[in-house]
Amino acid sequence: MIDFEPTEGDQKILDQVRAEALICRNYARYYDEHEHEFPPEELEEAKGKPNVYTMFAGRSESDSGIGIMSMLISAGQTWGDYSVRMHRGTGGLGNAALRAAGTPEQNEKWGETTLAMAITEPGCGSDPSMVQTTAVLDGDEWVINGEKIFVTTGCRCDGVVVWATVDKSAGRAAIKSFLIEKGTPGFVVAQKEKKLGIRADDTAAFVFSDCRIPRGNLLGGNEEVQQKGSGGFKGVMKTFNMTRPGVAAIGIGMAEAALDFTRDCLTEAGFEITYGGGLHSAPAVVDKFQRLEAKYEAAMLTILRAAWLSDEGEANNTEASVCKAKTGEAVRQITQGCIEILGPMGISREHLLEKWFRDVRITDIYEGTGEIQRMIIARSLLGYTRKELN
Amino acid sequence: MISFKLEEEQQIARDALREFADQVMRPIARECDEEEKLSEEFLAQSWELGLVSTQIPEAYGGGGEERSPITNAIILEELAWGDVALAIAALTPAAFAYAIVDHGTDDQKQAYLPLFCGDSYHAAALAVNEPTVAFDPSIPRTVAEAKGDGFVISGVKSFVAMGDRASHFLVVARNNGGLDAFIVPRDAEGLAISKNEENLGLRGLPTATLELERVELPASARLGGEAGSDVRQLLDNSRTALAAAMVGVSRAVLEFAVPYAKEREAFDQAIAQKQGIAFKLANMHIETESTRWLVWKAAAQLEQGIDATRSAHFARGYAAEQSMWIADQGVQVLGGHGFIRDHLIELWFRSARTISVLEGTLGI
Repeated sequence: MIDFEPTEGDQKILDQVRAEALICRNYARYYDEHEHEFPPEELEEAKGKPNVYTMFAGRSESDSGIGIMSMLISAGQTWGDYSVRMHRGTGGLGNAALRAAGTPEQNEKWGETTLAMAITEPGCGSDPSMVQTTAVLDGDEWVINGEKIFVTTGCRCDGVVVWATVDKSAGRAAIKSFLIEKGTPGFVVAQKEKKLGIRADDTAAFVFSDCRIPRGNLLGGNEEVQQKGSGGFKGVMKTFNMTRPGVAAIGIGMAEAALDFTRDCLTEAGFEITYGGGLHSAPAVVDKFQRLEAKYEAAMLTILRAAWLSDEGEANNTEASVCKAKTGEAVRQITQGCIEILGPMGISREHLLEKWFRDVRITDIYEGTGEIQRMIIARSLLGYTRKELN
Repeated sequence: MISFKLEEEQQIARDALREFADQVMRPIARECDEEEKLSEEFLAQSWELGLVSTQIPEAYGGGGEERSPITNAIILEELAWGDVALAIAALTPAAFAYAIVDHGTDDQKQAYLPLFCGDSYHAAALAVNEPTVAFDPSIPRTVAEAKGDGFVISGVKSFVAMGDRASHFLVVARNNGGLDAFIVPRDAEGLAISKNEENLGLRGLPTATLELERVELPASARLGGEAGSDVRQLLDNSRTALAAAMVGVSRAVLEFAVPYAKEREAFDQAIAQKQGIAFKLANMHIETESTRWLVWKAAAQLEQGIDATRSAHFARGYAAEQSMWIADQGVQVLGGHGFIRDHLIELWFRSARTISVLEGTLGI
């Protein structure tokens, strides 16, 4: 049955998320302005309180799906702050790759560790087939050389899944994922990046120089390079199906925070925000605000759609791109619009709105830019291959 | 439980109406528009589908199925994909009937619902729109005042669908500071019905302007009787319905533009292979999808009896903006061919502009 209302069980979790988010928000400004400190693993207020994810136990089949709830929880958490959490969960993007592509032995070995994912390089972003980092087999060891940037959780992770090519002449088919543990000689965390937004977030740059890892650290264990097609590459791309909705959810939570703040300011200033009237009956500022709210609703629904398909076990590659593209644009328009509505008050660092404006800007860039998402959507609509539309 | 799952019956209805829209509506859409004339054969064919009577209780001769705004939104998208003018013509009686089912007294149900359960098409229509600048349905100029036991209504209503033949009109008016809807028979004294309006789009749909000059009505004409009715809910419902129809137009444009762009070549490749066109198509798809989910959310709230005013406002406002934008982009993808009347894109462009300024008219 088509339904958009959270159940009582869902709501209990979401209420808890909101309560925690309100606490986390108290720390938001501090860690934004103290870029080189990390928020604590566990906030003081969290002592003795369970992690919100433990509340999933005992949920019934009539509650919303796990994918849907993950999106709502992510959005609910970033409504508080992008980086600060009551309890920092374990796991990074690399863990998703491990689960999707790792052998049972590899999952056994590294499943409990926090793994970052290193794809982007100084000279290659949206087109990962241009990866320059190399992996050369030498006896029973792979020797890794190259540089990686924009590695989320890069400073705090226990290890990282790195994309490297085993044969530069073989293109995308030769790109393999390797698991490299922190502390391996030749693996240097070069710096924590300085950024426009999400400043408290742990974004690192890595350098690998003759970094030697065991042969068994090739994720999935398949050393073969197919000369035609890109089967191996596609295996890696599969991990994106829930991470795209995931980053969209992270963005939409901050946009919602911006809308809530702006609504409060408007109401306090005496503007009445009502919905039943004509399209031209509201004052211009209220009309503008409501258009931003509609964008929020639309983007949120595309995220839930992609997550729902995943919960149903259905392919969601196009829908994941739809929600990522839609949200990437919506969160920019929403936060930029909210500042416009509030004017000089909106740009003051006394309030968090200017921070949300900076923080959401990454949404349309990482995990594939809006342009890349549109390319994927267009190929799917047109039935085109990568070669036919690029 | 948050879910996008269609019931099996909803899938069956969607598939059946998709076929009907493709086989029956598309082939006659252009002709009805050019000749500004509805196909009577089409009205009979659509009536046979039982679209209107299905959700009327058995006691009044209907199919007795639960009222389902969601199912109706899905149906409406399909029919509007076929043609909006024809879709509105087929479903105008439903908008009137659903208002009676949802808000009418037992006597009103008894009096009017059997009209829609017969073998042949029967028209009755909502009269919500008014020909005023920046029309706001929540504060109409049409006003009712008490007179004795009954009411006197005065005002002007425009874009009243099937105005050439509707037996009754459900007129929304201000009453005593609030909103009410009144059932006005075609032959009411003081009611003047214009000849068919000449509009930008939906030319195949006969619409009329109603002039009500001190039309006297008995107390029983007030929808919901003494208690009145939740007219805001009725307006939320029709806003969601209009938005559903706009999704149908958007999808029609996109599904026409995609194969066209693959076939049309320029500079040694299909224009769809150029990012300038491909990204347009991707954006048209993103917004068609986004709008549909807004419609579904509002429809689900209507179905569950939750206050849908905010969601219906978003659905209608967003759909109005996006469907016009999508139709506009569709014309651009076709270039000169988008401007000539050989293709339906030209018709959809006018349909989108027309439907996206309406209120009332449809119901789900």
